[in-house]
Amino acid sequence: MYYTPDMQKSMELVEKTRKERQKQQMPLLDAVGKVGLLESHHPDYIKRIFRKLKVGPSKNTLTPKEFADVLEARSMIDPAKFDVSKIDYDVDVLIVGGGGAGAAAAIVAHDAGADVLLVTKLRVGDANTVMAQGGIQGAAKANDSPAIHYLDVIGGGWYFNDPDLVEALVGDAPDVLAWLEKLGVMFDKDPDGTMLTIHGGGTSRMRMHAARDYTGGEIMKTLKDEVQNRDIPCIEFSPAYELLTDGKKVTGAVLYNMETREYLIARAKTVILATGGAGRLHVDSFPTTNHYGATADGLVLGYRAGVPLVFMDTIQYHPTGAAYPEQLLGQLVTEKVRGLGGQLVNAKGNRFVYELETRDVEAAAIIRECAERKNGVETPSGYSAVWLDTPIIEDIHGPGTIKKRLPAMYRQYQRFGIDMSKTPILIYPTQHYQNGGLKIKVDTETPVKNLYASGEVGGGVHGRNRLMGNSLLDVVVFGKRAGAAAAERAASIRRPGKLTLGHLKKFHKELTAKRVGRNRVAPILLPEYRRPEKAKNKVDILA
Amino acid sequence: MASEMVTIYVMGKAYEVPHDLTIMKAMEYAGYRFIRGCGCRGAFCGACGTVYRTKDDYRLKVGLACQEMVQDEMYLTEIPFFPGNKATYNLDKLKPNSETVLKLYPEVFRCLSCNTCTKACPQDIEVMEYIQAALRGDIAKAADLSFDCLLCGLCAARCPAEIVQYNVALLCRRLYSSKIAPRAKDLEKRVKEMKRGKYDKEIAGLKSMKRRGLAELYEARDIEPAD
Ligand SMILES: Cc1cc2nc3c(=O)[nH]c(=O)nc-3n(C[C@H](O)[C@H](O)[C@H](O)COP(=O)(O)OP(=O)(O)OC[C@H]3O[C@@H](n4cnc5c(N)ncnc54)[C@H](O)[C@@H]3O)c2cc1C
Ligand code: SF4
Ligand code: SF4
Ligand code: FES
Repeated sequence: MYYTPDMQKSMELVEKTRKERQKQQMPLLDAVGKVGLLESHHPDYIKRIFRKLKVGPSKNTLTPKEFADVLEARSMIDPAKFDVSKIDYDVDVLIVGGGGAGAAAAIVAHDAGADVLLVTKLRVGDANTVMAQGGIQGAAKANDSPAIHYLDVIGGGWYFNDPDLVEALVGDAPDVLAWLEKLGVMFDKDPDGTMLTIHGGGTSRMRMHAARDYTGGEIMKTLKDEVQNRDIPCIEFSPAYELLTDGKKVTGAVLYNMETREYLIARAKTVILATGGAGRLHVDSFPTTNHYGATADGLVLGYRAGVPLVFMDTIQYHPTGAAYPEQLLGQLVTEKVRGLGGQLVNAKGNRFVYELETRDVEAAAIIRECAERKNGVETPSGYSAVWLDTPIIEDIHGPGTIKKRLPAMYRQYQRFGIDMSKTPILIYPTQHYQNGGLKIKVDTETPVKNLYASGEVGGGVHGRNRLMGNSLLDVVVFGKRAGAAAAERAASIRRPGKLTLGHLKKFHKELTAKRVGRNRVAPILLPEYRRPEKAKNKVDILA
Repeated sequence: MASEMVTIYVMGKAYEVPHDLTIMKAMEYAGYRFIRGCGCRGAFCGACGTVYRTKDDYRLKVGLACQEMVQDEMYLTEIPFFPGNKATYNLDKLKPNSETVLKLYPEVFRCLSCNTCTKACPQDIEVMEYIQAALRGDIAKAADLSFDCLLCGLCAARCPAEIVQYNVALLCRRLYSSKIAPRAKDLEKRVKEMKRGKYDKEIAGLKSMKRRGLAELYEARDIEPAD
């Protein structure tokens, strides 16, 4: 791999200080130190990044500008002209999104006897869920309890979490783990069947269950297999791009077949939004760990239909995103690397923060090191970054540790000619998780009747900060709850509702009155990564 | 730093792209906007299997578009979908042995031990070995060896025996984990405790607490030492 002379020089400094650093004790920050650091350098506190919403059920609340841009935008549909009379699909439960939450909901709703349709933007399983490496929490060991888990969750979320939702999360956790085990998820276990568990940031007990470093992948593949075994109809590459309502209640959705470029009407007694996160909005130009389809569509659809948003002013940035090589930009370097003793080191070869603070604190410390203190290493593409000293792991735990304990990570770098067991790697914070989202109750119903939301698109479970491992848990717990509740409600509805775009008409009117979003269209469905000069020349002759 | 440019042929059409891009980013640079063939962008989902050939070489090579770097005179196409056979089953009713595998996927019998699948796998998995293990009924080994599979389909695309290796592997992992590996006993116990409502009161207590009280408890937590 190519390194600039400056990078090489700095790398030598990292090597030179390695022995010394191994003995060095970094102090933990106290509460005052943490708050000071966050307020000065965490993106959540940088005013310029945010804007107040002017329309919709959460108007006057702050959200990053990139979120406001899609929330305050018009639909591709003109409600005055759009024909909703020809119904292409008529089902009990429509599930929007084929990640972990959507798949879990589909299985449970189907088992409850509902006629289910799952629609998704990419393929089933092309989702943030498949990318989760680290693990899934759940209080299952004798020295642990759901009450202890509760406290970890709510303290981690700065006490803003919805207590009912946290109770559901930690209370369902053992059952959910047992469900996954029975479905054949290959958890790491002792020969006697005891699950191997480790700590995650902010846990007071070792309750992180893993399937090597493909935990989310293993869960996703299993759930997808179950969806297929049940022959649940799935339509891929056909995102929902608008909800349908009878004026009050949700009654279906408009789908868009991205390949034939036609729209389709799905009538449903209940609808579950399970569209995941929003990393591909790139808040303040941050790179992201998220999959290609993480563009906040569910937030946009729900918001227009009248669902308020909670905690949309807080985003989780993962402190260690790959900053070099360019091909890996933004991708996750798992927390486990620091868990195993990997150290954060600046351009001069010095540590600047204890490595196992919470994610927000770590991210802020790295940003400060680069922006304010100018102790970053400049990459060839002009980013500033700091080192994550990985060879030190081999010094601590013995040669071969990285290859054995972090195979996916090791392979990832090896592909680009970097042996992370021999050379340190460059990292910088990356947009990772949407802490907030659509407001829901414990059965995942939103304030808009017959509309449910589960997984990363929902808000309130994690308060203002999610802990690692609680999100995979969230998607299965609330995915299952959504499937059960939506099926039960659907069974109680005799006649399907009227299909209208009344809510959209109203929303468009509000936009016009407030003079916002005139030239913006949302949901965006996919990010734009063509060069501007290429994108500019596009002509939709065949559309 | 100005990048050196190379020529790639996307489904036969030439484009000049910087040499230091992955196939995926190079196609975007060239003006493609993916609908299919792009998912996680980080070697987790298997959406971007690609077949390519380089100049003056008759051999076909395969890789993931999000991981493989472009080379000069590379002729490539993505295979964003593979119509592989997937058996449907009720896991509860299956036994973890070779009969199960062969009943659901009889084509496994046809394996020629040619090792083409192993050579194709972008995850460096011993694909042939796990197929052979499945054939022998060594479900545990098939599960273990295939663990890193992304379901990209490249092995199946190259297999002369029309075996859909990744689906056989998934079946084996599910059989192993649900039927061979012992169940977690402490988890079983906890599930029963939850049914009895053992922690309901304690959690109700926490739920009724105000921020200050919770913060006191939180700050005073004892942290289990890591091993
Ligand atoms: C790299 C990475 C590592 C992570 N590691 C961990 C971890 O170790 N532990 C943990 O607990 N959490 C982790 N997380 C977080 C966790 O994986 C996600 O928050 C969670 O899986 C989200 O699940 P979901 O089902 O809500 O959304 P997703 O899994 O993202 O699924 C949403 C689906 O909806 C589809 N979709 C989007 N818009 C539309 C539309 N308009 N119509 C139809 N379909 C649509 C998407 O394409 C996608 O398939 C990680 C996340 C990432 C990105
Ligand atoms: S490519 Fe097919 S026939 Fe050849 S070894 Fe692999 S599974 Fe067997
Ligand atoms: S085993 Fe086959 S499907 Fe799985 S990663 Fe390797 S080539 Fe792809
Ligand atoms: S895009 Fe997911 S593996 Fe390449």
